[in-house]
Amino acid sequence: MNGLIGKKIGMTSIYDDAGRNIPCTVILVGPCVVTQVKTLDTDQYEAIQLAFDEAKEKNTPQPMRGHFAKAGTTPKRKVVEFRDFDAVQKGLGEEIRVEEVFAEGDVVNAIGVSKGKGFQGVVKRHGFGGVGQRTHGQHNRERAPGSIGASSFPSRVFKGMRMAGRTGGTRVKVRNLKVMRILPEKNLMLIKGAVPGHKGAYVILEKR
Amino acid sequence: MDDLIKYVQEQTARQTDWPAFRAGDTVAVHYKIVEGNKERIQVFKGDVIQISGSGATKTFTVRKVSGGIGVERIFPFTSPAIVKIEVLKHGKVRRKRLFYLRDRIGKAARIKERKRYTKTQ
Repeated sequence: MNGLIGKKIGMTSIYDDAGRNIPCTVILVGPCVVTQVKTLDTDQYEAIQLAFDEAKEKNTPQPMRGHFAKAGTTPKRKVVEFRDFDAVQKGLGEEIRVEEVFAEGDVVNAIGVSKGKGFQGVVKRHGFGGVGQRTHGQHNRERAPGSIGASSFPSRVFKGMRMAGRTGGTRVKVRNLKVMRILPEKNLMLIKGAVPGHKGAYVILEKR
Repeated sequence: MDDLIKYVQEQTARQTDWPAFRAGDTVAVHYKIVEGNKERIQVFKGDVIQISGSGATKTFTVRKVSGGIGVERIFPFTSPAIVKIEVLKHGKVRRKRLFYLRDRIGKAARIKERKRYTKTQ
């Protein structure tokens, strides 16, 4: 799949030709450096590994320093592999820019780590409806989960029962987002709608 | 990162030169509306009760009382629908958000005019 690594900058809105206000996420995309090329001969599948965002040499582990040195590039913070990358043919250590992979009007998937929300109840975590009433005998049960199973049979709670707990902070993929605008001189891309993660978080963009 | 957002807004947002106004001022907003396939210009005249946001997403809220019913409309400064903004009167108010006007009816909802106007925006 074709794609690049980006960093979420924030949100703004633009107007389309019909005058509609469109909320957009601004993403700094690339330039990404090719750090490894996998082929059928060497790895039994085709893929390229891309790296993005400068890192300090002292904060990079020794094995990764060697890996980046092999590609003839400086240490990077984020490394991602893309299988069957065929948008452009690039060799080891070469840069790939936004405009080489994406175009305005493309449909992309965005993958990121969602914002951590801490320990949350079932209404926020799983979209339960809650009790739905404040009166008719409810005194502190407005957002309660209700029954979690039957009694003597099965005498246990099934695995995977949706309950309260740690929410957010997981890998999330948002599909079918439209590329509204590309500003290649600053490596920026505007995508319609929201993208998982906080500002400054890494986002993997896949072209569909 | 804020610089990059600013850069995007400079590249994408409409450049405007509306006259300066602030909360309490009376304005007339001329904006385009589409009826079927015809386009015409409508005027919304009322008091500015709030200016919020910044950059390309900055908006102002205009309130008027139409036939005894309060009507508020939020306009983005960069909206392509706005043709013209006229500042009709500068009001004398002590705060930036005039939500107290919602609770007032008739004569009590008037705003005193500021005669000696100094440009602040």
